Order: sequence, then structure tokens, then C-alpha cells
Amino acid sequence: MAIIEVNDLGKKYVIGERLPYLVLRDTLGEAIKSPIRWLRGQTATKIANKDFWALKDVSFSVEQGETLGIIGRNGSGKSTLLKILSRITPPTVGSVRLRGAVGSLLEVGTGFHPELTGRENIFLNGAILGMRRAQILKKIDEIIEFSGVAKFIDTPVKRYSSGMYVRLAFSVAAHLEPDILIVDEVLAVGDAEFQKKCLGKMEDVTRQDGRTVLFVSHNMEAIGRLCGRVVRLDGGTVREIGPADGVIRNYLSASAEATALPERPGKELRLAQFSWEPLEPARGSHRVVLSVASKSDLPELQIGIGIDDGLGRRITTLYSKWTKDRLTARAGDNRITCDVHNLVLKPGRYSVSILISGNGAPDEYLDRATSFTIPHFGFYASGEMPEDVHGNILASQAWRNE
Amino acid sequence: METVIRPKNNLWDFDWKEVWSFRDLFYFLVWRDLKVKYKQTVVGAAWAIFQPLTTMVVFTVIFGGFAKIPSDGVPYPIFVYSGLLFWQFFSASLNNISSAFVGNEGLITKIYFPRIILPVATVFTCFVDFVVAAVVLVGMMIYYGFRPSLSALLLLPLLVVMTMVSSLGAGLLLASLNVKYRDVRHVLPFFLQLLMFATPVIYSTSIVSAKFRWILGLNPMAGIINTARVSILGTGNIDWGLNLVSVIAMSVYLVVGYLYFKKVERYFADVI
Repeated sequence: MAIIEVNDLGKKYVIGERLPYLVLRDTLGEAIKSPIRWLRGQTATKIANKDFWALKDVSFSVEQGETLGIIGRNGSGKSTLLKILSRITPPTVGSVRLRGAVGSLLEVGTGFHPELTGRENIFLNGAILGMRRAQILKKIDEIIEFSGVAKFIDTPVKRYSSGMYVRLAFSVAAHLEPDILIVDEVLAVGDAEFQKKCLGKMEDVTRQDGRTVLFVSHNMEAIGRLCGRVVRLDGGTVREIGPADGVIRNYLSASAEATALPERPGKELRLAQFSWEPLEPARGSHRVVLSVASKSDLPELQIGIGIDDGLGRRITTLYSKWTKDRLTARAGDNRITCDVHNLVLKPGRYSVSILISGNGAPDEYLDRATSFTIPHFGFYASGEMPEDVHGNILASQAWRNE
Repeated sequence: METVIRPKNNLWDFDWKEVWSFRDLFYFLVWRDLKVKYKQTVVGAAWAIFQPLTTMVVFTVIFGGFAKIPSDGVPYPIFVYSGLLFWQFFSASLNNISSAFVGNEGLITKIYFPRIILPVATVFTCFVDFVVAAVVLVGMMIYYGFRPSLSALLLLPLLVVMTMVSSLGAGLLLASLNVKYRDVRHVLPFFLQLLMFATPVIYSTSIVSAKFRWILGLNPMAGIINTARVSILGTGNIDWGLNLVSVIAMSVYLVVGYLYFKKVERYFADVI
């Protein structure tokens, strides 16, 4: 029997509802000025209500002991799904059946109070995350030890560095013992060493304790390492569900064309093709080739390419505006090349976001629309290659005694 | 344990068992508020006494001394302090409850727990201040030689619970409104000040003609404060008619506040 069953889940937002808060004064003022209109609900502060389905027809199930990854670009409905699963907001339609206690971790350090000491915050945060008092008492020494801030445990957390704060907060979370653990992007914080420790702890939780974990992240490496199956959301619906490797590969290599933004009225430009050729990666030479479809002749065209690493960190951005290389577009397909020099990227996979603007106004922005791979090559004479935590840019270096 | 998440439409379902299972969180929220409150003020617990005490002194000079407001034959200081004790418990609770949701935005948008815990925890935080301030009343009773009767000792817990329920009823409505309309918080202190003068804090209900006295009862604190005075100071009689109106008013506020809270609770996390 599946431990989590999600059936035809949907969440509708009426766009008026998401507006910033109102002022009672205005609402009352309107009611007094035009009472009849107000009673009929035709008020000026009510902006044309429009339904927006953040999530629609989502169904899947998770087995006991499984770690399920949830991926998708920003706005694909990941956060909404997590909020419903952790019961922060109710669904509009559909249902979820959870057979076990749920612990959700949408943020590290929820409810931490700066005036309270580290120890006091462990109790508060533990209770907020659903731990019983006896449970916290039993684990407090372990939590303090894992955090590595034992020396400052009786200092108010407002005096902590942000690193210490995150360590303490994650330690509390890591000692939760729910049957189902829901984790959002929380590993994106903290330093690399602590991140590794957290990933290790997560692995222990799932492998040894047989706990069920739902894990959302932009870090494909972590998803691939931790998750057996992955759900890929796109525009609020399930695009793909299956073994991690396949889904991640499809997600990363989803061509720009397949994931291009929907046609908007008045949109002049569209990215049709993109390729990245590492010509001489060890010397930092690459060639980028794009194909841009234009509806009309444009005297001015600008292209920006953002390059992110596997952890979602921006490495660098290429932008035609900075080089003042003049680009134009003609109606139809335009082939554009960009020669890149002196960018020595470590072997690995990088994702690419693309901005195209004509006549100064952005026409198309594709967030992490595609990716490219830099193949293995030798850089240092020793044959050493730095690890991911050391960064992604390689620099020639020479050391000597003076 | 099995949980089913569905669209929420029913205003009346109240899951007692679930609220009970979150009692540790409730405890730690009260504990947090007290700890932070007494950590941040240098005078600490003295603050809980200082406020009603100075108000009592000022009121005694102005209303008891200059205005000579009759106090049913009891010394004015203890007369006004007994009223202030309950009134400040009520007004502090109401005022703090009204920002209980907005002030805990970080919790509401990131974690699930029965939201009702927040306003209830607020009332209990204020209750601790009430207990501290009540020590002064005991001191005054010894000084003026008032011996509480058995009925007083039996009635007081009931009056405390009624004060809590009254502030919770009105507070739930205001707190829920505050999520949508942020200016509620700014208007409220002013209204509370006005409301105090419509409550028999500085005067006795006996100066209001019996015919119109029930109107006072629409404010539940009128019945509560009057009964508290009768039972603590032993003057006058308990006005059961007034109490009945107060209990009915209290219940109406609680139902209205609760229903409105339930109605907006669904989209708290989306609006806040």
C-alpha cells in the first residue's frame, strides 16, 4: 500500500486574492461612497478576478521507504505542491492520503527567535517541526554535537554568524523522526562542507531508517544521488515521472524549442536552436551557435546567455550588449554565432538561460532552458582535477619560493 | 496514523484531537513569548505590575480625588485596581491576539499546525501578566483589610475564563481581519481606550440607571468586572441580569469570531 497517494490534485488561485493586503479604510470608504455598488461586489479595489491553476490534475503515489525527487523550473508548481502536502494551504480539488506522520522542512530555522539562545531555539524549533518535548530532551545532546556550535549553545542566536545559524537549524531538522519527510531546497544554504554532511545525513535517513522522503531541489546532482524516482512538473502538471536518471536527463536536455515560452501576442523573436561547442576547452575556447526566429526585420538585436553550474550557481554571463557587437535580425531564421575565449570551465554539465531582446525590449527569456557538457580534458600537468566544491573555473597557476 | 488532505469547506469541523496533539507547540509558544518579553525589558516582571499600578495611581488622583466618582463605599484605589486588573488582561489579550497571525507570518507560511493555537497561546501569555498583577491586588486587600469570601474564590476562576473567552472571540475576528486589512492593528488601541470608558472600570455600574444597565452588558467585560468587584470587595449585589446579557454577548462574539476565522483560515498562507 502506497504511503502517499495524490489524486487529481489541483490548486486554483484567484489572482485578486494574491494581491498585497488591503486597507480597511479604503474598503469602508468605498462602502460609504457607493454602498450599492459595494454590496454588489463591484469595487475598485477588486481587480478583475482571473483564475490561475498553479497545480492541475496531479496524481502520483509514493511507496514506503522511497525517496521521490520533485523537479521543474520556477513556477512549475513545486512549491504549491509542497505547501499542500505539508498542509499549509488546502487544495482546491482532489485529495492526498498520507499514511504516517509528516514532517516538513520548507525552510531551515522556521520560528527561530534571535533573542533566544541556541539551546532555547532547539526546543522551540523542534516543537514547531512537530517534535514532542520528551523527544527533544532525548536528542538534544546529539543535535548540539551535530551542529558543531556547542561552544555557543547558550548564546542568543542573534550573535551567531549566518553559517552557525544554518548549522544549528539544520541539526534540529536532521533529527526529526517522521514517517514522511518533505524537504524543500534547504540544502542550498551553508558551506560546502556542511552541505556534504547534510546530504550524508539525508542518505542515512532514507537508506537505513527506511523513511519516505519527498525532496525538491534545483541541484540535479543531489537529486540524482538521493532519489530513486523523480517527478517532473511543468506548468502545474506532471510532465514526466520515472527513474531519476532518465527524468533528470530529459529535464536538463529538454531542448530550448520544446520548453520555449508560449507564444505571446506581439512577440517578435523566438529561440529556435541552441548549441554549445567546446572547441578547445583547456584553452577556454568555445563556440555558441543560436538560431533565432524573427517575425520582422529588426535593426537591433541583443542576446544574453547565463551559464549556471549543476548546483544552480551562476558562473558567468555572455551578453552582446557589453561587447557592442552589433546584431540584427531579418524576418525568418537568423543564425548567430558567438566565439568565446578565456573561459576555462571544468568538465561537467552546465545549464543555460537565454535572453533575447529586439529594439531594447526583452522578447524571450528562457530560464535554464537547455544545457551543455564540457568533456573531460587534462588541465594541470599533474592530472589533478578540482572537485565541484572548489568551483568551476580553472586558472593556470605557478607557485614558487621567493 | 492516516491523514487525508481535501479541500476545506466546512466551517464547523473542529478537530479537538489534533489541537491536543499540538500541545507541546502551544507550550513552547507561550514560553517563547514570556521569555522574550522578560528578556528584552530591563525591569522584567516588574513591568507587569508597573503598568496597572501607575494607572491605578493616576486614576485614583483624577477620578477618585478630583472627580469624586463614587466607588460603592470602598476605598477608590482598590476599587479601580480590581477593575483595571481584569480590564488590562482583556485589552492586552485582545490587542496582542489581533496581531497573532500577522506577527507569526514566518510560521504560518512555512509549517502546518492548527492556527487556533496562536491566539490561544497569546491569551495565556497575557494571563501570566494578569497573575503577576493580581499579587498587587492581594497586597491591597491585606492593607485595606478585605477578606475574600468563599463565593469569591469559587467565582474568580470562572471570571478569568470568561475574560479569556471574551478576548478570544473578539480577538479571532480582529486577527483574521488583520490578515486582510493591515490597518486594524493601528485603529484598535484607540478603540480599546474608548471602550474602557464604556466599561465599569473607573465607575460602578450602580451609577447607571437600572433601566439602561443591560446595554453595558453588551460588553462582556461589564458583567465580569462588576461580578469580580462584588465577590472580591463584598460590596453591592451580583447583577444576574447584567451577567446574562454579558454571557450571551460573549457567546455571540465567540461564534462570530470563530466562524470568520474558519472562513479565512483557508487562505491565510496565501494572503499573509
